[in-house]
Amino acid sequence: MSTENKNTEAVIDIKDLKISFGGNEVLKGVSLQLNKEENLVVLGKSGTGKSVLIKCIVRLLKADSGTIEVLGDEVNGAKREELEETRKKIGFLFQSGALYDSMTVKENLEFPLRRIKKDLSEEEISQKVNEVLENVGLPDAIDKMPSELSGGMRKRISLARTIIVDPAIMLYDEPTTGLDPVTSNEISMLINDIQEKYKTASIIITHDIECVRTVADRIIMLKEGEVYKEGSLAEFESDSDPYISSFFKSQSLKNQK
Amino acid sequence: MKQRIPITKMKSYARNKSIALTDTSMESTASLNKFLINLADVFLFIGRVFRNTFSRGFEFKEFLKQCFQIGNKSLGLISVTGLIIGLVLTIQSRPVLVNFGAVNMLPSMVAISLIREMGPVITALICAGKIGSSMGAELGSMRVTEQIEAMEVSSTNPIKFLIVPRVVAATVMIPLLVLYADALGILGSWAGANIKGDVNFVLFITQAFGKVVFMDFIPAFIKTFFFGFVISMVGCYKGFNAGRGTESVGIAANSAVVMASLLVILVDLFAVQITDLLL
Repeated sequence: MSTENKNTEAVIDIKDLKISFGGNEVLKGVSLQLNKEENLVVLGKSGTGKSVLIKCIVRLLKADSGTIEVLGDEVNGAKREELEETRKKIGFLFQSGALYDSMTVKENLEFPLRRIKKDLSEEEISQKVNEVLENVGLPDAIDKMPSELSGGMRKRISLARTIIVDPAIMLYDEPTTGLDPVTSNEISMLINDIQEKYKTASIIITHDIECVRTVADRIIMLKEGEVYKEGSLAEFESDSDPYISSFFKSQSLKNQK
Repeated sequence: MKQRIPITKMKSYARNKSIALTDTSMESTASLNKFLINLADVFLFIGRVFRNTFSRGFEFKEFLKQCFQIGNKSLGLISVTGLIIGLVLTIQSRPVLVNFGAVNMLPSMVAISLIREMGPVITALICAGKIGSSMGAELGSMRVTEQIEAMEVSSTNPIKFLIVPRVVAATVMIPLLVLYADALGILGSWAGANIKGDVNFVLFITQAFGKVVFMDFIPAFIKTFFFGFVISMVGCYKGFNAGRGTESVGIAANSAVVMASLLVILVDLFAVQITDLLL
């Protein structure tokens, strides 16, 4: 995928975002834009504030200062009702999947649908559930409990639960963490499929380089709460900066001996 | 303009402060600060629960589900406990009453102590263990696995969906469980009276309720609503505010039981004092 073909209209516009926890400044003035129908990867070591950044976008965490505009609506200072309206346009895939343990897969998928799209009939809800399950390749899992699913299946169902409400923006928090390479690749491909099918703009938080190579239109690297570099995959891979190349260089220490 | 500092920030600030300070007097100030901030957090939580209880869109289906969980699923435990309390009270009291030649007072004595004190308090303590811990653990694990956050981003207010139905269901169901425990306690007492004698059931019930007046029953019944409220509120607060990691789930469940049991005893103390002043 190339950046040139994409629309440059910003759907998320973050300016000078700062947040700290008990004196520890996690984000120190991050500014970024997410363009329409774009896959933006936010890369960085653990603890650099990647997850905090996307949690600020849906205001699961409230930033100390700065502005976050999502589809033209300011999030950081929004009232509860305004925030709920904005949240309806955003899908959030949690690192752990966050499936509701007490509900079946079907009930998990119906939950956001019944609350966000209240005018749908039972038939339409059932149709939508089957459609998203088909899209993530798990039509047979409909009556299973989350505890009966494998890690990869849980991620797929979580993804189905997120896309079922047709969000304009998707936020992925480490979508491939804890999965084997084959399943990780399948999830990465699924992210691309969803982007193409639903025309979503996505922010993908990850430190899995294979996932970055598969999905990234543009990459932003965070270091110690600040934007360290922004560019395309090619620019990152050819960068000689030791911090950046340590992410992209495939290492095999044993063979070097 | 004066900036409003979120309570979560104040809590983490207080936590950092208490670690960094070494001087004893400053440490105690930091502990007091932490305590006051936590107390404010509790009252803010209670305020949010009340606001969401009386606002539009009560989760009735979830409320019924919780009523079933709290009420029906506690019936076995409450039945056994109620029966045994009545039985034990009778067996223990009988020899003393025999010494005073007042064995015919046994049914009413047991009934009054069951209705006024033993039934409500023992049932509430059992519920603090069973319901308090299950709410603390369930909500705690939902917090740890980001299910509560997932609910929030699905435009669902977790206080309204998770907390309000649990608190209302416990406030309604625990008084009913207490009534049930009282009834079974009296049945147990009749069984106990028959171990060393032969007492007709109708005679026993007539004697048991012969001395019970309406005002024995009403204050005791009113306090059970507070027991239900306190137990569920503590369980929900501890679970909802659980920290990160699986360890937090255990801590949330454990502290919910300890705090709920203690508060049940304190509420009972206040209820008895107030009843004593009014009657």
